[in-house]
Amino acid sequence: MSDRGKMQDYQKEVGSALGNDFLRDAMDKFAVAYREARQRAFEGLDTDRLIDDVACRKDGAISRADQLLEQFKAEAEKKGIVVHLARDAQHANEIIAAIAHKTGSQKIIKSKSMTAEETLLNHYLEHEGCEVTETDLGEWIIQLRGEGPSHMVMPAIHLSRYQVSDLFTDVTGNKQDDDIEKLVKVARRELRRKFVEADMGVTGANFAIADSATIGLTTNEGNARLVTTLPRIQVALIGLDKLVPTVQDAQAILRVLPRNATGQSLTSYVTWITGTAPWKGEHPEGKEFHIVFLDNGRRDLAKDPDFSQVLRCVRCGACANVCPVYRMVGGHSMGHIYIGAIGLILTYFFHGRHQARNLIQNCINCGACKDVCAAGIDLPGIIKQVHAKILNEEGHPLKSTLLSKVLRSRKLFHTLLRYAQKAQKPVADSDGYLRHLPHIFSKKHGFRHLPAIAREPFRDRWPAIRPKVARPRYRIALFSGCVQDFVYPEQLSAAVELLSRQQVEVLFPMEQSCCGLPVQMMGEPAAARQVASQNVLAMKAHHVDYIITLCASCASHLKHAYPKLLSKHASLASKARQMAEKVIPFSSFCNDVLKLDASMFNASRTQTTFHAPCHLCRGLGVEEAPRDLIRKSGYTFIPASEEQTCCGFGGTYSANFPSISAQILAKKLDDIRSTGAELLVTECPGCIMQLRGGASKRGMDLNVVHLSEAMHRNLKPK
Amino acid sequence: MLESTPLHRLFRTKAEAVSAIVKEATGVKDAIAYALDICNQKEACTILPSGCQHNLSEKAQALCDGKPAKLIAAPDLSQPHWEILSAECDKAGIGVIKDGLRNHLGGIDIGITWAQFGIAETGTLVIDSTDEDLRLTTMISEIHIAFLPLSGICESAADIVGSLQSKMKSHSNYLAMVTGASRTADIERVLALGVHGPLEMHIVLIRDEDV
Repeated sequence: MSDRGKMQDYQKEVGSALGNDFLRDAMDKFAVAYREARQRAFEGLDTDRLIDDVACRKDGAISRADQLLEQFKAEAEKKGIVVHLARDAQHANEIIAAIAHKTGSQKIIKSKSMTAEETLLNHYLEHEGCEVTETDLGEWIIQLRGEGPSHMVMPAIHLSRYQVSDLFTDVTGNKQDDDIEKLVKVARRELRRKFVEADMGVTGANFAIADSATIGLTTNEGNARLVTTLPRIQVALIGLDKLVPTVQDAQAILRVLPRNATGQSLTSYVTWITGTAPWKGEHPEGKEFHIVFLDNGRRDLAKDPDFSQVLRCVRCGACANVCPVYRMVGGHSMGHIYIGAIGLILTYFFHGRHQARNLIQNCINCGACKDVCAAGIDLPGIIKQVHAKILNEEGHPLKSTLLSKVLRSRKLFHTLLRYAQKAQKPVADSDGYLRHLPHIFSKKHGFRHLPAIAREPFRDRWPAIRPKVARPRYRIALFSGCVQDFVYPEQLSAAVELLSRQQVEVLFPMEQSCCGLPVQMMGEPAAARQVASQNVLAMKAHHVDYIITLCASCASHLKHAYPKLLSKHASLASKARQMAEKVIPFSSFCNDVLKLDASMFNASRTQTTFHAPCHLCRGLGVEEAPRDLIRKSGYTFIPASEEQTCCGFGGTYSANFPSISAQILAKKLDDIRSTGAELLVTECPGCIMQLRGGASKRGMDLNVVHLSEAMHRNLKPK
Repeated sequence: MLESTPLHRLFRTKAEAVSAIVKEATGVKDAIAYALDICNQKEACTILPSGCQHNLSEKAQALCDGKPAKLIAAPDLSQPHWEILSAECDKAGIGVIKDGLRNHLGGIDIGITWAQFGIAETGTLVIDSTDEDLRLTTMISEIHIAFLPLSGICESAADIVGSLQSKMKSHSNYLAMVTGASRTADIERVLALGVHGPLEMHIVLIRDEDV
């Protein structure tokens, strides 16, 4: 039996998901279709404002959840509803089973509820002798197969029509077609009798409205309407996080939820149930309506300043829809019950550390989820915080402790890099790649060629190449990051020449070190904080107009993470903010500040495409500047499909999950190949390491260069 | 064209985008005639692929077999309109009921109900479904024909949320927002209409409710 608490078992599980061709194909199609549908659904609307509105209303509700619960309860009791509060999953199941026993309910129908999945309600009720039938088509299918959902909105997305047809053949005892329309009708008929026979109906809820004790349910199939209408006993199991003050709050969430979930303006049915409307079945006692609110850690979470925003989640599933890792491995390997980025987080809070400890590391930190979250939750940031929390509880592994120790001392780190440069000589080829990987890597890491460390790091070149600029237009400090300093110094050299030609004075503060993102990614915030403070002191932001980086990941980390990491530091908090304000990526500076035009470049007809680094397009919101510069510097630009999808690098991620990283890269390189371009430009040394190494390993006829190098190549002589 | 304003046109466009069939009628009589027309065109439980013809388990088949030839439910028509409908149904040999929907859970052919509001932004109907027979009518009919007064069309949900709120606060009720027919994409993300609810949604826009 696989044990997710063990990394080896989890890796095995991921490996078998990667081998599922149907799943991979379905996920690829879905990823592309979803993006387009979402865009259409939000057309003409101010998406950011709608999302802010949801975040704001949810934060308000979370901060006074206890008060809302009291209000809901008081209103509910006036309308004949019985309200229960369950402290945890077991308690909720016991309450619902007791209702079933007391009312003699044996046959139970359910509409889709992630909260009931969270408590494993079906198993419990079945164990208590009840017959439980899921009525949402996808949920019914996975229930019959004895599986959990692989997506929060489309629980059976991992299955083909043929698998469903075989399943329905078993269920009906009659051979079934594999025509989807017909299969849906078979389910309609088979489930109708379940509705008719049921004693009790169980639903979840999307909203629990406190001022009127109304529950709101969104469905497309219409099953929740029958579940709440036909049986005499009605139960709703609702997480405390679903409480909102008024129907106006629910309405604001509804503007975003279906658009974000499935690209629909609204689901087919939105049902608002208040109290017990007259019931016309045959029973002397009439309708009974029970609402079971589930705590299961939510009240503690609401009081936690670091993590309370997790409760903003409206369960739209969008964070899975855009996740490059989810796309490769599917939902069963990307969550315990809850799936996608929010699933990694909720697994820890609702299902415990054991289930979460390896899952939490399966985030590539591309920021795609944060970018689409219906409630503006900082998902990647929280994933890192949860990872750090788990490490603090369980002890830090040797490799992250070591890396933290090394990075805390710039001198030690750089000495080690210089030592490694010498040590690699026997395996370093003249083309700049390592001939074979050092033995600490397994075979799985061989999907790309890795670059050798440069003979002379940028910091050693600097005294010789430092230009003199007489009357500078701007004075900037260059933040190199460790990869460009020690592996790709030529990218920085190219940039320095370009900038000095534009009368920009460039400073290179020697005390700068790694930005600290790798230790942050490994769950070592203390080390990340220490490195940040060293860099803030080193960069002396008050001396310069801008701090330029050619590494999108460094730029995004300096800009967004530093002010947070150092917010409680007495003397450095304001310096970190000042520095963050001055950080600008190379492309934005050249295009938007210097306003470079085509006059300084020769035209070349080289067909050129672009990969948008995650931390550039989403992390910093820079989309057009690099594309403009490719055109201005004389190239023929051909956009690649899915230009903004992650390349699979993710820093330490590709070392932890090499097989997933390799699959994401393969898809990326296919998209690049389809453009027919001979030059691939990007603006992050990590992406270059991944893409250039992957293209080389495949033997592709493709040059992968940094934007600064591409521009430099076409620079007219002075 | 009845729906002459941009708001009415937006409602139609959005409703049609979610596969609703939108028609116009000068008054209720006209709308009833339309409903009968649809019923006459439809053969009970056969034209629409509603499932009875498929290989079902014995129990599910039994529920299908219990269904009479053709049946219309119209739970909330006013008395004069009900009389018009039942007279027409008698002539055409179609069964017609206004309550007792629980006796027909295998399905009915046509359900006729009023909708109180139409939300143009999303093509949504707002139907007060507190009465159980009306609620079931909108759930178990294969074709749901909703009569919507033109005056009930508003721009966005924000325009009617206050009215919903006062209902919710005052007493027990069951309010439905319905956007198109029942649908699923649970198998291979292929859209299929008519899972547990109507397979078709028709909206008849009515200029004058008294005619």
